[in-house]
Amino acid sequence: MKHTIQCDIVSAQEEIFSGEATMIFATGSVGELGISPRHAPLITQLKPGPVRVQRPDGDEAFFFVGGGILEVMPHVVTVLADTAVRADDLDQAAAQRAKEEAERALQDRTGEVEVAEAQARLVEAVAQLRALEQLRKQVKRR
Amino acid sequence: MAGGKEITGKIRSIENTKKVTSALEMVSASKIRKSQDLMNATRPYTRMIRRVMGHLSKANPEFRHPFTVRREETKKVGYIIVSTDRGLCGGLNINLFKLVLASIQEWRGQGAEVSLVTLGKKASAFFKNINVEIAAHAHDLGEKPQIEDLIGSIKVMLDAYREERIDLVYIVYNDFINTMSQRPRLEQLLPLPETDDEEVRDIWDYIYEPDAEALLDTVLVRYIEADVYHAVLENLASEHAARMIAMKNATDNAGDLIDELTLAYNKARQAAITQEISEIVGGAAAV
Repeated sequence: MKHTIQCDIVSAQEEIFSGEATMIFATGSVGELGISPRHAPLITQLKPGPVRVQRPDGDEAFFFVGGGILEVMPHVVTVLADTAVRADDLDQAAAQRAKEEAERALQDRTGEVEVAEAQARLVEAVAQLRALEQLRKQVKRR
Repeated sequence: MAGGKEITGKIRSIENTKKVTSALEMVSASKIRKSQDLMNATRPYTRMIRRVMGHLSKANPEFRHPFTVRREETKKVGYIIVSTDRGLCGGLNINLFKLVLASIQEWRGQGAEVSLVTLGKKASAFFKNINVEIAAHAHDLGEKPQIEDLIGSIKVMLDAYREERIDLVYIVYNDFINTMSQRPRLEQLLPLPETDDEEVRDIWDYIYEPDAEALLDTVLVRYIEADVYHAVLENLASEHAARMIAMKNATDNAGDLIDELTLAYNKARQAAITQEISEIVGGAAAV
């Protein structure tokens, strides 16, 4: 009989952890959770907090998640971690910002944007030229 | 020596341009790799969230989330357009915008309104000149885009969909196929297309904390966010690839131009020498 369970912790930007575990601790939306192998199927939201994974060799791995979803299946525990701390009012503020950004983009007179863009590009090109010049000098010296 | 000086001046200026374009080419070439790695890193999340979604919908066949229900009538269509912040990447953005314009025209022909969310400066600069509503905008996502920077713009669309102000949402981005080819794509984001790829052996039910509907909602929102994030990364990789190709062409063209100008310069120089000699010979003969 197996005394471990597969545990996968992923976020939208990367895979955080994947391996066998003897016990997993996390903060669910309604309370602390400790999950051992052969736990009943469960799905819950996670609060921002640490997730602890006990490995079969006795080591313990710590991860901080900004919230997310935890799913327990008979053979695997999946943690879908959020990369950012999420709350309704925070999301609302972000949406508001995106709307304002759209208004700003619409109001910007074309001229200003284009001049700024051209200037930025000029600066970049000059900087790259200078870098290239230096590189060439180094090569010559060698 | 007429013209010689102008030609050398021109050659020098083209040489400078060539240096810039070849530097940009090399920079883009190295960035393609990094953005591809970012793209691959999102795969496990997408795979797992799909699995969870499959489980949830199998466990609750009677509950239909608004995001999965097809509306009978489409009165307003939303587009999330992923573009680049900077130019010099060939026809990448323009090809994408053409696709959007064609789709907008089609929907307007059927009497539907249109609302846009633009990601990247190029999209807002292009679409603000067209009579169309821009509901939200985000830019400067950088070389390593963060999901936090997208949440706001996505929420604007999702809220509009929830409140039935929008009945259909598309996402438009450049799909990175390989370094040589990127394809503009227009995909339906909402309502979610049916997924039936999950094999479930037994019917079971979960313990839900707090409850099934709230959880399904969270999972679907995360799924959509991950989808948009992935599109942004695809577009980023496409941007670098397109810029690399555009700059490679520019560098090659500059090289050709320099060759031609050098030839013209040599001819002019030779002509000047010949003329001088014949003048001297003519002068000597006259004496």
